[in-house]
Amino acid sequence: MFAYLTKRLIALCLSLAIASLVIFLVVEVAPGDPASYMLGINAQPDTIAALRSELGLDVPKHQRYLNWVGGMLVGDFGTSYTYRSPVSDMVADRLWISLPLAIMALCLSTIIAIPAGVLAASRRGKMADAGVMTATQLGVAIPNFWFAMLLVALFAIKLRWFPSGGFPGWDNPVKALIALTLPAVALALPQAAILTRVMRSSLIDILGEDFMRTARAKGLTRRQALWRHGLRNALIPVLTIIGLQFSFLLAGAIIIEQVFYLPGLGRLVFQSISQRDLIVVESVVMLLVFAVITVNFIVDLTYALADPRLRRSA
Amino acid sequence: MNRNLIVGLVLTCLFIAAACVSFVWTPENTESMNISARLQPPDAVNWLGTDHFGRDLLSMVMVGARTSIAVALVAVGIGMGFGVPLGLAAAAAQGGMLDELISRLNDLIFAFPSLVIAILITAVFGAGAINAIIAIGVFNIPVFARLSRGAALSLWQREFILAARTAGKSATRISVEHILPNIANLLIVQGTIQFSLGILAEAGLSYVGLGAQPPLPSWGRMLADAQTMVSLAPHVAIVPGMAIVLMVLGLNLLGDGLRDALDPRLQVRRA
Repeated sequence: MFAYLTKRLIALCLSLAIASLVIFLVVEVAPGDPASYMLGINAQPDTIAALRSELGLDVPKHQRYLNWVGGMLVGDFGTSYTYRSPVSDMVADRLWISLPLAIMALCLSTIIAIPAGVLAASRRGKMADAGVMTATQLGVAIPNFWFAMLLVALFAIKLRWFPSGGFPGWDNPVKALIALTLPAVALALPQAAILTRVMRSSLIDILGEDFMRTARAKGLTRRQALWRHGLRNALIPVLTIIGLQFSFLLAGAIIIEQVFYLPGLGRLVFQSISQRDLIVVESVVMLLVFAVITVNFIVDLTYALADPRLRRSA
Repeated sequence: MNRNLIVGLVLTCLFIAAACVSFVWTPENTESMNISARLQPPDAVNWLGTDHFGRDLLSMVMVGARTSIAVALVAVGIGMGFGVPLGLAAAAAQGGMLDELISRLNDLIFAFPSLVIAILITAVFGAGAINAIIAIGVFNIPVFARLSRGAALSLWQREFILAARTAGKSATRISVEHILPNIANLLIVQGTIQFSLGILAEAGLSYVGLGAQPPLPSWGRMLADAQTMVSLAPHVAIVPGMAIVLMVLGLNLLGDGLRDALDPRLQVRRA
């Protein structure tokens, strides 16, 4: 296990290092100088030079990369060019919207997918199965931002049950949760469809196993065997996908936040792009990549813990 | 023929035909505005209604299909063009340095949240269809590389490949002449899946203003324009959205149908 862990940790660090380099390089080649952009077209060259020096843009590129990475390692993401406030504070503020949104969407997709998948697998080939499978086909084909628009039209504009956008802050948690409900539903839809399919196929595989037959031979009813032995075993691959989905939900919220005008990480990225606040763009994208890579790593690790064969093959 | 295949084929062909026809004919010109006829619901003249500039939505959907299909198709081409040779080379190297390098690179690209990076690429290099193609295409490369490597690896152990090796054929010739035709089925099925994902990705990028730029119509842009009008004229949002759903659904069904039709094991089971 130790050798496996070391190998995976080295791979994790290498991935993060390469990811940071790629993000830095992509942002570096962006046309336009942040200092000139901030000061406008009438700025004097010496004023621009002074601001460049203040922002740390006058040092060589490799030095800037090292400063950026070194800073991030100790939690310092630099200072926003536009707002002149620490990027880490801005990210922390926005994370309080994006993170609960991703968690809500994840819970919702799990709550929908597990019963739907169990229903489809236990009624394989019957009407219920066909209904669930058709719904999942539609679920993966519907763009979540379009679904979000339809939800707004129906539940916010017509029925007035939910706000159509914006975020009231966490001072009133009930209002905040209500504001996040429609975005979470929109975000959860495609994920629920994927998860339902995984749940269904995993349970179908398990239902054909010898131990399930043994359970039935022991005198358990179909339902008892399904709940006591089938579901527990079928959940292993489903949990893996749930783990992977979390990071995708965090990243996928970028577009949904645009639909609902939620001041989360996604809107921060778009605002920063339009204001050429490159340090914020770099840091937020790196944070999202970090979340995805780390979650993948944890999922791999838990899988290896559960299945010794993976440790040996590595 | 199975039902998925037929429905998928019909839907896909319908949109591809609409896109092709739009090069020579659309019911109305998509670049001319007619403000007096704006936000008209579907009627006998404008079958799918008009948008906020009074443009015919059916014509917009037809021309938009061109953008979506072109972006997604070229992105699949990039993925296959780079990914398949890389996967075949990795499989031919069979555990060597090259295999290890390609596999690790694949893992790395897979680990990136594709949407975030696509947004980063298009934002940095400028919004537009070409950059959207590159951003989507890059993430198709590891998908095809991994698929072709896995499939090719198992083929390398087969007798007919051994025979070709004994006959003195090089690894490149074996990969092209024997392995590639044998994994073509898998690649076609995966191609349709990536095609549908490309349509969704293009729509998402266009929706946030990073895909195809006006005056070129695209389904994602049409949805972005419709956002503030959804309560006034719901059809403006429903029409492009349904176009995306039906196109993606068609491709997914086509992929499922092709997998069933092309997989000999499933055919044996059916027989």
